[in-house]
Amino acid sequence: MSHFAQLVIELTILALAVFLGIEVISKVPTLLHTPLMSGTNAIHGIVIVGAMLVAGVADPDLLTGWVGFIAMILAAANVVGGFVVTDRMLEMFKKREPPKPKGDET
Amino acid sequence: MNQNLSHLLYLVTIICFILALRFLSSPTTARRGNWIGAAGMAVAIGVTLAQSSVHIGWRILVGGAIGAVFGAVGARRVKMTAMPQMVALFNGVGGGAAALVSLSEFHNLAPEPGHLHGDIELAIVLSALIGSVSFAGSMIAFAKLQELIQGRPITYPGQQFVNLALFAAIVVAGGAIIAHSEQQWLIVAIILGSLVFGVLFVLPIGGADMPVVISLLNAFTGLAAAATGFELDSNVLIVSGALVGASGTLLTTLMGRAMNRSIGNVLFGAFGAVQAGAGAAAVEGNIRSVNAEDVAIMLAYAQKVIVVPGYGMAVAQAQHAVAELADALEKKGISVDYAIHPVAGRMPGHMNVLLAEANVPYTALKEMDEINPEFAQTDVALVIGANDVVNTAATNDPGSPIHGMPILNAGLAKQVIVLKRSMNTGFAGIDNPLFVQDNTAMLFGDAKDSVLKLVAAVKAL
Repeated sequence: MSHFAQLVIELTILALAVFLGIEVISKVPTLLHTPLMSGTNAIHGIVIVGAMLVAGVADPDLLTGWVGFIAMILAAANVVGGFVVTDRMLEMFKKREPPKPKGDET
Repeated sequence: MNQNLSHLLYLVTIICFILALRFLSSPTTARRGNWIGAAGMAVAIGVTLAQSSVHIGWRILVGGAIGAVFGAVGARRVKMTAMPQMVALFNGVGGGAAALVSLSEFHNLAPEPGHLHGDIELAIVLSALIGSVSFAGSMIAFAKLQELIQGRPITYPGQQFVNLALFAAIVVAGGAIIAHSEQQWLIVAIILGSLVFGVLFVLPIGGADMPVVISLLNAFTGLAAAATGFELDSNVLIVSGALVGASGTLLTTLMGRAMNRSIGNVLFGAFGAVQAGAGAAAVEGNIRSVNAEDVAIMLAYAQKVIVVPGYGMAVAQAQHAVAELADALEKKGISVDYAIHPVAGRMPGHMNVLLAEANVPYTALKEMDEINPEFAQTDVALVIGANDVVNTAATNDPGSPIHGMPILNAGLAKQVIVLKRSMNTGFAGIDNPLFVQDNTAMLFGDAKDSVLKLVAAVKAL
């Protein structure tokens, strides 16, 4: 595929994804806006794919090696932290009056 | 791994992410959605590791392990009141990773001049620029929220000019790269300049405007990830980045609308120290102070109580005490609801998360438009650590810096009790005429102590 054809396909995907994103996210209630932020935080952790491509270069020069290593740390923290913190938050949202075990205050 | 199969599996990741967001439309499905998203991420990581071009060495394993441990421990340990900082931090590291990937891409591709297409160079420049701004900006937001540096706007003469000049220089450097001047130092200059720009950009923004800034930085990191996707020809990065970008942009405009301010005004207005009070009428009148026992009697004989929480509740960690008070009142047959202003706290939805932590059922958390008509039939409005979101000057005083901002009409309740540490103005640095209204009484003290006193007094009645 020519470079330009590839670019057009990618731009098409981008445009569709933006509209899809607006559509899906406008349905999220304000109640869940914090989990939305941290959930999307976790999703942009997908840069870990890029970080792995850089960190996975065989026999890198000095710059590539260290940049890849640090990018890997940052991206992994982003992914794991993002999903864990979102899960912790969503776990707390409950409907009225479940018989609650008392005394797990932090 | 076969390229076609890889692309197909990356598509699975994309679908998982979209489902994750789709499931966020209801609190009953949201948690499952998050797990689907995590599963999608695991697929993407697995597929990438299986690429023949990816050599799995210590950089991936050790780097990944360090990051994962840091992320997991941080995410488990953080208190719910500190959630805005944590969100800022995880947002920043994502932006930083995107910028570093671009640096490395450029470094490895540029030694062959003419090898790079203009659009790839544009993607590299954008990802480096936006990712670095997001990283540095998020770190400053983190430091402000963690109170490592002061939350008030930090301003100095010529600030706008310095920012503008720096940004222009970054754009020129980016333009040079796109014009095929493939010099290594240019990308380094862009990253360093953008880091400084990110710092300067967030410094003048005050604590009360943090919901806007955090949403915007979230959008930035999404865009940086999408730009990285163009560099690497990776659809999954493009789609994920676009989804995050759309989400961040939507939240940013929503927060701006909730403050009746344009995003430009929030980002470059630096109100507070500089402009506050310029045209605002001075607030005069008598402050009426009451003690906890009096308030407890008012509450106990009310039929309908609305709690208006604000950032002060988060600072005092008072959410559990507030929930306990509501429980005690509900046992007496009194209806208790919570009025949540969209910009209460330091990030979108901040109050909802805190109250959910304290086991408050989410059905009792009411949005502004839903609850505002109910204040007139309310016996007691209990304002806990909120100020600007109930400031009647926003409605009545055209000279007020927050004039036009939609507020919670707590002042319409028969009795308004304001729990406040002292008579200082709120984060926006603006006086609040509600506090001197005839039907308002102030209960001074730490929010948590005050509420616990109320609980004891209500139970004793």
